[in-house]
Amino acid sequence: MAFLIRTIDYTASGREIIRDRTVELAELNIGRASENDIHLPDLAVEQRHVRISDAGGGMLKIEAVGGLEFGVDGRSTMAADVDPNIGTELSLGSSRLAISREGDGPVQIVIKQVEKDEGAGDALQNFALASALPSKRAMAWTFSLAILILLLSVPVFTHLTRTPVENDPENITKGQVMFDATWSTGELSMAHHDLEENCEACHVTPFVSVQDETCLTCHEELGEHAKMPRLAKGMAPLSTGDSIQWSIAQTLGKEGPLGCVSCHSEHEGPVKLEASDEKFCADCHNDLDTRLTDVAFGNASDFGKKHPQFRPQFFTAHFDKNPKRVSLDNNPKEMSGLIFPHDIHVSKSGGAARMAISLPQYGAPLECSDCHAEEEDGIGFAPVEMEDSCEACHSLVFDKAGPNFRTLRHGDVDDLMADLATMGRGSRSAIVTGRDRPGQFARGGTYYSNFGRPMSAYISINRALEPTGVCGECHIPTMKNGRRDLTPVNLPDRFLMRGFFSHKAHGDDVAECADCHETDTSKEATDLLIPDMESCRDCHLGETAVKTQEIVPSSCAMCHGYHTPTMPWRPEDHPELPGNGGSNSVAAILNSLRR
Amino acid sequence: MATVPKNRFKQDEARRNADHVSFLKHKKYRYLWIALLLSVVSGLGYALIDQEPRPNGGSWYGYTLGTIGLLLIVWLSLLGIRKRKISAGAWSLKAWTSAHVYLGLALIVVGTLHTGFQIGWNVHTLAYVLMLIVIITGIYGVIVYATLPAALSSNRTEMTRAQMLEALTALDRQLESAAQPLDRQQSDLVIAALQQDVFYGGALARITGAYPGCKTTRALKQIGAGAGPAERVHTLLTKRAEQLGQIRRHLRIRALLEVWLFIHIPATIALLAALLAHVVSVFYYW
Repeated sequence: MAFLIRTIDYTASGREIIRDRTVELAELNIGRASENDIHLPDLAVEQRHVRISDAGGGMLKIEAVGGLEFGVDGRSTMAADVDPNIGTELSLGSSRLAISREGDGPVQIVIKQVEKDEGAGDALQNFALASALPSKRAMAWTFSLAILILLLSVPVFTHLTRTPVENDPENITKGQVMFDATWSTGELSMAHHDLEENCEACHVTPFVSVQDETCLTCHEELGEHAKMPRLAKGMAPLSTGDSIQWSIAQTLGKEGPLGCVSCHSEHEGPVKLEASDEKFCADCHNDLDTRLTDVAFGNASDFGKKHPQFRPQFFTAHFDKNPKRVSLDNNPKEMSGLIFPHDIHVSKSGGAARMAISLPQYGAPLECSDCHAEEEDGIGFAPVEMEDSCEACHSLVFDKAGPNFRTLRHGDVDDLMADLATMGRGSRSAIVTGRDRPGQFARGGTYYSNFGRPMSAYISINRALEPTGVCGECHIPTMKNGRRDLTPVNLPDRFLMRGFFSHKAHGDDVAECADCHETDTSKEATDLLIPDMESCRDCHLGETAVKTQEIVPSSCAMCHGYHTPTMPWRPEDHPELPGNGGSNSVAAILNSLRR
Repeated sequence: MATVPKNRFKQDEARRNADHVSFLKHKKYRYLWIALLLSVVSGLGYALIDQEPRPNGGSWYGYTLGTIGLLLIVWLSLLGIRKRKISAGAWSLKAWTSAHVYLGLALIVVGTLHTGFQIGWNVHTLAYVLMLIVIITGIYGVIVYATLPAALSSNRTEMTRAQMLEALTALDRQLESAAQPLDRQQSDLVIAALQQDVFYGGALARITGAYPGCKTTRALKQIGAGAGPAERVHTLLTKRAEQLGQIRRHLRIRALLEVWLFIHIPATIALLAALLAHVVSVFYYW
């Protein structure tokens, strides 16, 4: 087999020296020893390293003679079959032997020395992904600096350098602190929604928790449950865990368990203020008398199980200046100064009913609502007006002047006397018969007057103020400074002052008035028709009661408010706020589900 | 003078174990059990302790979980410092790594319960999301470290990275001479293939293994397997494409092995910053 061996060397000046020789051999040996056919003076090459022989079919067989591998196209191997017509490159030490053949010509072996590649190590760096991505350190710095500047430094700086303004719910100053919305842990309650971008309204001082005085800058109208020292004294002792918590919290500046925020937690989403549960009240009120010995009211923890009897406030004696609270257990009598048997008036038959049927404005036996009109708030009733509610039957007409009837003025005994004194029309025998005054001045005319002594007027006044007189129908006569008078009427507008009862919630579909108020058997106005607690308990039991068709589990908040004991809290500037009860917004429903 | 231990076997056995047990199985999964205990206790506490008005990062239990989480995050991120300080013993790097992985997983439970499932567009949720990104990329890292090195090894076919590059250079030298008889157009194709950087293509190309702009593939398509010099060039280009393929498979496996760190590390540092903002902001607006 013919081999054309071409050696390419370089002189020091870089000039190429090409030496060709042709050999005819069965096999070609390559190595460091001088007897090899190709002699490579390189310590990395074995004495006899590689042998090239004919493998038949135009292929060459290349094999390692010693124990050291050689490179074929860059891969280390001990043996390889190569096609010289396609060509291959052997590498031995620093020598590269390019093997090729043109057609049937001799196998050409071109020997070149390669420089040790100094840059190879650097090229290996490219295998790491780091060569194709920004450096981790640069990314880390970028992200963390962006966070520290935008989400920490800017809000802190703008908060510290702002000019504090006084809180004004009508005119909220927004945007004084930049980017602090990113600090919000959740949306504010619906009532405080307008403060969403006004964090500094509540978070006034850095690292100081929200203070009660800040809340009161807007909520100055809010009533106190009791004075702070009494609240603290009446509070149930904290559990060990709670007292540890509060002592830590108070050391760090929290207001304590009686502060606003201990109950009113914010950033819980767009929810309406929810009523407290029974336990919240019972914690203190279950055994309040053990801590506050001077309280006038009894302990309470559950409406169905432990609640004192109602103590309505009304007048217990005629002529009293102030109403008194008396427990319904003491079978109290109300001294309103009126005579009014409910039974006669609400009876479906009898004189009152017949009378009402005959009158066009009623046309039917009397209903409660004919006299008692609910107030807008659904809690109280409008005062009964004699002129609107009674006078249709209990007429005060006392005289006729021409075609007009004259009616006594109601409400003041002096007015009554003045009116009756003008009634100088009692019949008197004529002094001269057959003669009369002319026209309208004649008897029966509009301007007729009896100029005689007013005997009949005095008699009428006396009669009217007698028990059987027109006033005595409803009023209790009395004497005042030696003169006939009437006992003053003392009817409170509201009886239950320490809770609120919604008549609206007990509308027609729930109960009739008479289900709770025993009007049909009440013969005297002294009967106090306020239902007692037992009748409420027919339906209302405590919060933990099982709800049925009849039983309504009722927490304290159904009738009592913490800040406003007499009414559900409805501040004038938030008329849409419900006092209690759930919200029907989707967000609030979702929120309640999450709880 | 060095002392000879009395029980060399026991000592050597311990060392053999330490050398050959995976960090995941370290000390019979000691840190897995610790992490599970931490998760279960946190979960039970969350379920059983009644927080008014609702579970929240600001309740006492929330603060407790938050403190545990914060300390864990800071300690976990210290692995980056610990691994650069070579030491042995009870706090060996393997123990540290084992704890890093398992306690990092437990952080999902602790951190999530700390949120009270209240999330929003704020710095607090940012910290939580960054934490999850770090943990998820970490999980990915453990998985690829366990599976991909075998693929990397089998792709090598006993070649070093330098040899792969050397093989390509050898082919390029042959291509240079083999392409001499080609016409202008075909020569240009070969020149373009030879001039293109071996590491051409960005991170995405490395990860997907897709190199649509590969000039070697282009030259291979245009120079058909004809006769004569073109045939030689075509064969050499095929070899070049195969060699490039091996290098690119190597790059792909390497990229899949390393890419998570490019998220894990910057996200960790960003998380530390977000945590600082989170803690400061909560107490600043207390």
